[in-house]
Amino acid sequence: MLALRTSAVLAAAALAIAAAPVHAQDEKKEIEKYQKMLAEGSPVELFELEGADLWKKKQGPKNESLEKCDLGMGPGVLKGAYAHLPRYFADTGRVMDLESRLVHCMVTLQGRDYKEATKRVFGNADKPSELEYLAAYVVGKSRGVKIAVSTRNPKAKAAYELGRQLFHYRAGPWDFSCASCHGVAGKRIRMQSLPLLDKPSGARRTYATWPAYRVSNSQMKTFQWRLNDCYRQMRFPEPTFGSDATVALTMFLAVTANGEPYDGPGTKR
Amino acid sequence: MPGPMKIRATLKGSYTDIRVLMSHPMETGLRKAQGKLVPAHFIENITVKVNGKTVVKAQTSQAISRNPVFAFRVKGGNKGDMVEIGWVDNKGESNKTEAAVA
Repeated sequence: MLALRTSAVLAAAALAIAAAPVHAQDEKKEIEKYQKMLAEGSPVELFELEGADLWKKKQGPKNESLEKCDLGMGPGVLKGAYAHLPRYFADTGRVMDLESRLVHCMVTLQGRDYKEATKRVFGNADKPSELEYLAAYVVGKSRGVKIAVSTRNPKAKAAYELGRQLFHYRAGPWDFSCASCHGVAGKRIRMQSLPLLDKPSGARRTYATWPAYRVSNSQMKTFQWRLNDCYRQMRFPEPTFGSDATVALTMFLAVTANGEPYDGPGTKR
Repeated sequence: MPGPMKIRATLKGSYTDIRVLMSHPMETGLRKAQGKLVPAHFIENITVKVNGKTVVKAQTSQAISRNPVFAFRVKGGNKGDMVEIGWVDNKGESNKTEAAVA
């Protein structure tokens, strides 16, 4: 047994030496291969299944499910709904993204208190949040649908403009903006190459694969979380969940990604 | 209550490719949370049956990740064969699900 292990270790060491002089291009290919392996049989499907149950689960003071929730395509229509979000909703007079609309449905349909419904928006590996399950389920229903976020409504147009300004707005102790990392081509942080998010070339693929499952910490992450954590990394004050600012930034990124077939929920390193 | 499982079984010429996704925390018993060890909780046995006949019996340990994926290749098979996969963990909890070969 011991001899067998030693030879296995030696074989692994030999492989490592053989693989050492790889060039940047090969490295990128290897990372792509790794990402493809991650996506095969990704646990993100489990989140979609749990989300489907949660969507149909009756709860809250009105003991209702979310099945009649209108995500912009009519009550209960999920197919392609995420590909058109964020959008302007006449019933609230606001531009809303997926998460803020889901919370709106919890409040109006299920009769829940806004504070209670948003008490735990980001979960952890041991206990994912309700919104993380629901987001996985809802976005999965837009797989293959081309992203088509409209700015025809004046409020949607205003959100897009605000989002673009926020993207380039430098502030905080490090004087960073989103554009500091995502506005210049070819940047990377450790192993991760940073996508250029104010141009369709980078925004399309990236936006179309969020929300996503993070393999490294076994968690499903929503788009609100993605923005929240970007702001944390830039040392900004924490953005309010579902605020006009976060929705506007989402709007800017979504519009920049318009035309890309939605391919989520994704799987990330 | 154990979370969902998902099986994907496809006929690929001379063999059947079976992939299964399981939700399980797979705690090693070595991890600490708030200074206290999290008790071990992991899948110990996995059984794969095709049309009621056991084709794979596996013993697994803490070394396997949370929400694991397993893939098996079984010789032969036909479309519509029922694949049943079940697991039992060290706390005696279990789950199983089935799917037809596509």
